[in-house]
Amino acid sequence: MSVAYLVIIAVLFATGSYMLMHRSLTRITLGVVMLSNGINVLIVATSSRPGEPPIVGADGAITDPVPQALVLTAIVIGFAIVAFMLALVWRSWTLSGDDQVEDDVEDRRLASESTGNFKKSGSTHHEDVAT
Amino acid sequence: MNAVVVAPILVPILTAAVLLMVRSRTAQRILSFGAIAISLASALTLVREVIIRDGAVVSRLGNWPGDVAITLVADRLAVAMVVISLVVLAAVLVFAIGQGSGDERSPFYYPAYLILAGGVSQAFLAGDLFNLFVAFELLLMASYVLLTLEGTREQIRSGTTYVVLNVVESLLLLFAVGLIFAATGTVNMAELPARLAELPDGVQLGLNLLLLVAFGIKAAVFPLFFWLPDSYPTSPSSVTAVFAGLLTKVGVYAMLRTETLLFPGGQMTLLIVVSGLTMIIGLLGAISHSHMKRILSFHIVSQIGYMVMGIAIATELAIAATIFYLIHQIPVKASLFLVEGIVEHETGSSSFDKVGGLVRRSGTLAFLFLVPALSLAGLPPFSGFLAKLSLVQAGFTAQQYVIISVALFGSLLTLISMIKIWTGVFWGEVEPAVPVERVGVLRHHRTMAAATWALVGVTIGVSVFGGWLFDFSMDAARDIVDPMIYVRAVMGS
Repeated sequence: MSVAYLVIIAVLFATGSYMLMHRSLTRITLGVVMLSNGINVLIVATSSRPGEPPIVGADGAITDPVPQALVLTAIVIGFAIVAFMLALVWRSWTLSGDDQVEDDVEDRRLASESTGNFKKSGSTHHEDVAT
Repeated sequence: MNAVVVAPILVPILTAAVLLMVRSRTAQRILSFGAIAISLASALTLVREVIIRDGAVVSRLGNWPGDVAITLVADRLAVAMVVISLVVLAAVLVFAIGQGSGDERSPFYYPAYLILAGGVSQAFLAGDLFNLFVAFELLLMASYVLLTLEGTREQIRSGTTYVVLNVVESLLLLFAVGLIFAATGTVNMAELPARLAELPDGVQLGLNLLLLVAFGIKAAVFPLFFWLPDSYPTSPSSVTAVFAGLLTKVGVYAMLRTETLLFPGGQMTLLIVVSGLTMIIGLLGAISHSHMKRILSFHIVSQIGYMVMGIAIATELAIAATIFYLIHQIPVKASLFLVEGIVEHETGSSSFDKVGGLVRRSGTLAFLFLVPALSLAGLPPFSGFLAKLSLVQAGFTAQQYVIISVALFGSLLTLISMIKIWTGVFWGEVEPAVPVERVGVLRHHRTMAAATWALVGVTIGVSVFGGWLFDFSMDAARDIVDPMIYVRAVMGS
């Protein structure tokens, strides 16, 4: 495995995980895109040796087709997930004007019952929305 | 290739594709019920075949040789899970048809429901880790759609938490599968035990923990459970009943497979601590709420703890107890949510300050709640008693006294929270606003009542045939405690 692969995987994992931590659903979606592609690159990079294309009649050592099949499936699934998440972002945007992940109202009510004061945390926390 | 093994996966998924083109609701209802019924029939045939053969039915897609093909493995554990899931799916489908409101009106309800059914069957029958991952994705995608179908603000809020958490879980699972492939060169569950055993201990531990975290999020064990009580209560009961009955149990099933087949005897202490905390935290959450659906949602979490306890102890008896617990738990949990659905449909809420005195309006409804509730708490003569008894016996044999006392204390808390629902929803005064002709609740919802009766009948059936089912679970446990039986069944023939 070449160092270039390692660097690509590391960068995708790091930025992807960082984006996942945000409250903005758009950023989370971008994080998911990076993480899933990081994993795809990881599967390709770690599990097959380079070789001839795995087609019947190829001469010489062929590369293992299984990881490529796995990654192809994973890419399709990742694409579907991202499409669904974008739909969620859109719906959230049309309903409330932003795409923040909100807290559970019932949870906050219970917490405020036990502490005695209603703290409106989380949902008021805004950051630059990357839409 | 064996059509009976493939049918529970392909029939629902292909029907879902057809349903997207059929917009008539009556046709959608008939076709989707037909698809579930055909799947159930083939699953029952599969049970017969497995019992006659006294071993797994293995199907290789496209008749490729064993190490290349995508294999579907139907051993006793898998077929039992497929059958009980399809029974629940059929009953809840009838319930949704009877309810006929909200989600069910959407043209995408039935296709999503069927894809969920196909995904659940595939997860149970999958013979390789990657196929398991694909099955998880199928059922998760369907569950995302079902959870956010109405698109209300509340559903989008809770749906977002659910989707993000489960996407992270999927990524972890894919990551784990990728690393396992990199380390061993295969994802076939029959080839993996031998190849994993050759790896250094540290690598094994890492892969095992990655899989456990991924499946732990899915199964909602402590400390990865918080998404569940947050998102389940906002969706309609016909959806929650299926989620509660099936989705977390698919996670438990996957854990059971990996901990017996791939990493036998790996993480006993960790799993025991996790199971104890899952039981107690789930129950404390249940007791602190005063809303029927939320209490039941927290109960899902606590019951998962009992199953993880069996997986942790990992003796043959403990595994058998876990399998029986799964068979008992799926219909019980789903029927509790169906009763909640009727309560909510009739009164518009299931919060304790808004409902009360339902026992005066319908004694039958109270009975339909009481049977699964007592079974959940583990009172004899119901199936929950047998399940908990065998778990505790397995714990005694393995001398795990701490977790036994936690489990028994947990049963007490379960009973307390069930009594809380009983006093909150069924006892007390009827609200004066209810007109006299609405007194018999079930008379107005015949289809929903029939579906609930059917599921409660199944839970009673699990109690009545408890002895036979437990013997079956013992056989199933024997099949999976020794990984070689699975390996021989897949590779040998």
